[in-house]
Amino acid sequence: MFKKSLIATAVVAMTASVAAPAMARDNLQIAGSSTVLPFASIVAEEFGSAFPQFKTPVVGSGGSGGGLRQFCQGVGVNTIDIANSSRPIRPAEVESCQKAGVAKIIEVQFGYDGIVFASRADKGSFALTPQQVFLAAAAQVPVGGKMVANPNTRWSQIDSALPDQEIVLVIPASNHGTREVFEEKVTHPGCESLAEVKALDKDAQKTFCNTLRQDGRIIEIAGDYTETLARLQAQADAVGVFGLSFYDQNRDRLKVATVNGVTPSLQTIASGEYPVSRPLFFYVKGEHLGVVPGLKEYAEFFLSEDVSGAGSKLEGAGLIPLSDEERARILADVRAEKVVK
Amino acid sequence: MSDQAVTHDTPHAPPQSGRQRTPQHELVKKSLGRRHAAEMRFRAAGMSAVLFGLAMVALLFVTIFAKGIPAFWQATFNIPVYFDPEIVKVEPRPQAQPGETPAQLRDRDLAWQTQVTMVNWNRVIENALIEHLPEAASKRPLVRRLVTSGERFGLRDMFVANPELLGQRVTLRLLADANVDVWLKGNIDRDLPDSQQQLPPEVRQWADALYERGVIEMKFSTSLFMNPDSRSSLASAGLAGAIMGSLYMMLIVILIAVPVGVASAIYLEEYAPRNKFTDLIEVNINNLAAVPSIIFGLLGAAVFINWFKMPLSAPIVGGLVLSLMTLPTVIIATRSTLKAIPPSIRQAALGIGASKTQTIFHHVLPLALPGILTGAIIGVAQAIGETAPLLLIGMSAFVASVPATPFDQATALPVQIYLWQGNELRNFFEARTSAAIVVLLAVMISMNALAILLRKRFEQRW
Repeated sequence: MFKKSLIATAVVAMTASVAAPAMARDNLQIAGSSTVLPFASIVAEEFGSAFPQFKTPVVGSGGSGGGLRQFCQGVGVNTIDIANSSRPIRPAEVESCQKAGVAKIIEVQFGYDGIVFASRADKGSFALTPQQVFLAAAAQVPVGGKMVANPNTRWSQIDSALPDQEIVLVIPASNHGTREVFEEKVTHPGCESLAEVKALDKDAQKTFCNTLRQDGRIIEIAGDYTETLARLQAQADAVGVFGLSFYDQNRDRLKVATVNGVTPSLQTIASGEYPVSRPLFFYVKGEHLGVVPGLKEYAEFFLSEDVSGAGSKLEGAGLIPLSDEERARILADVRAEKVVK
Repeated sequence: MSDQAVTHDTPHAPPQSGRQRTPQHELVKKSLGRRHAAEMRFRAAGMSAVLFGLAMVALLFVTIFAKGIPAFWQATFNIPVYFDPEIVKVEPRPQAQPGETPAQLRDRDLAWQTQVTMVNWNRVIENALIEHLPEAASKRPLVRRLVTSGERFGLRDMFVANPELLGQRVTLRLLADANVDVWLKGNIDRDLPDSQQQLPPEVRQWADALYERGVIEMKFSTSLFMNPDSRSSLASAGLAGAIMGSLYMMLIVILIAVPVGVASAIYLEEYAPRNKFTDLIEVNINNLAAVPSIIFGLLGAAVFINWFKMPLSAPIVGGLVLSLMTLPTVIIATRSTLKAIPPSIRQAALGIGASKTQTIFHHVLPLALPGILTGAIIGVAQAIGETAPLLLIGMSAFVASVPATPFDQATALPVQIYLWQGNELRNFFEARTSAAIVVLLAVMISMNALAILLRKRFEQRW
């Protein structure tokens, strides 16, 4: 009996001594969107170099959804302080956060990202419209007033101006925030622009527009853009969906497609001419402000003109900066610790 | 078997000359050709299996080395840098004043360091470059693209360490930008039009000119080993953080898995009674050895992080998870080594009056040592090559610092390979990734070599 309790004490003492250093954390822990990851990593590194009193934050990935799930696990040093996200937080996520005790969620939008279609540099050039992308990707398309299984196998069948190439579309899987933007800004508008779809009622429209073909011409990628690029290298005819910054750094291998006749660039996306773009966010855990050193400073540093404004390093890495008014407003909200309702 | 019998029988019972051959002889002779052919077929199949395996390994090594070896040399500027007092306008570093507490001094020192950070170090670097490129004086934003952006912090750190540099001219090695390195090595097609190039034409021209004049040289890349990972200054991304992370995890595995594993194996093999319960344990240990490593990662995330509240991305958690994973390997290897010790040793020891514990620790264990060591080293080598469980405990995060203790965030070598493989700048990181693989392979090979060496050394006592 005595021996047993001795062992028990030893085990408790051991776990306590092992767990003790976990009680204090002096660097920020960030996780989430793989689109935001490159930007957040650059900022984290510069933050660590610029402020000798703070340690360099650690940035993990896991996708927007994964990051927010980790974020909503609760309050405490073994939970993350910031979730990166390439889409706004959903009401359900706010609710689950609140259940776990994370009530002060501070939303910080820091810029925009463009989503581009690109094919291999040695293949034909694409000038796409949302409707054409939908006709290539949908499970069913209207032919002569009736909905039939998608008969399109080559781009030239959709529009003779498009290259005579096999239709293979490599898109991000649903764990990526990019997928949502792809649907919201490309396939849904493309779908709704069809006269036959307009005739359907709201629910039928939604189901029809959401159903993508399952015959292997749509390849969903759960990993990152390098995997999409590898697909393009294996399947020469494929067209992939990338972030603007990724395309920019691999221009020697990729050729970008125009959408509605607009070539994606920092300028056309910032002006709103290029349609497929989305805001990028990170979410700060209000409960950790003042507990984990450097949290507020990081948020303000991220939003500063030098870091994420025009001509900054992040712009060089492919981020589309906020306008001056937006920046001022968001910075004021962060300073006031405005909470997501 | 029958084949052997024939070849052995013939010399013993040679058919006597002139004697009539029996039908059995004819039968054997007839089938001989067929049986020899079967043997030849089997040999050929075995040989080609070995050759196929070797060819695959050779292919792997050739592709990785061909890509990775050039990455050990990196485009580096060798230029005099002038710490211009006009640009580096800072007060002298604060000195301890009478009546000041250390905390106050530290605050003043931090304020001074912040001031040093705010110095336009880029301008210092640009000026150094423009000395060699007078024609570039009007294109400063382009000049900046020649040197990797992290070097400005390198200059700052140098200055903080030695403020005497103010007003001096020092010849320094500055890493070229990742894209300059890619251009000079020809990792991007040099014939592509401007629109597909990463660098503007001027920068490419300058890079070529400076390379020709020897201002840029391909120097052995110490940054690959001395720097932690970087995303803001890609050319300075290194493996230091990952190597330290792997080292800490290795230490933890050696400290936990090896003693616990060896102790359990000795108990199970020598002391434990043989009954249903110990059989169950044995079956479970064997099963555990076959459990996919990712399961151990899930376990680690649930137990160590959510329950024990240990830090995310820390080598201590990684080490514990890998220890659990390595335990069955060590136990199985140790048990089979103990089994292989001849009973005569035990009997002799017991015969001269040694106790059971003395027999095991004085006689059996020393003889089993080489086998146990081999098992342990192979287990540890397997553990440091493991990636999947580490992803689940947050070790795939981007960490831009070298961990000082096992409780600090870190990555590991294989995880770093995974991260670099996913980096956007493919032209630079394809080679960098292969270089990291070469480093990991070198670590693995030296560990296995150590295992062989130790075995050979201790075996001489047998």
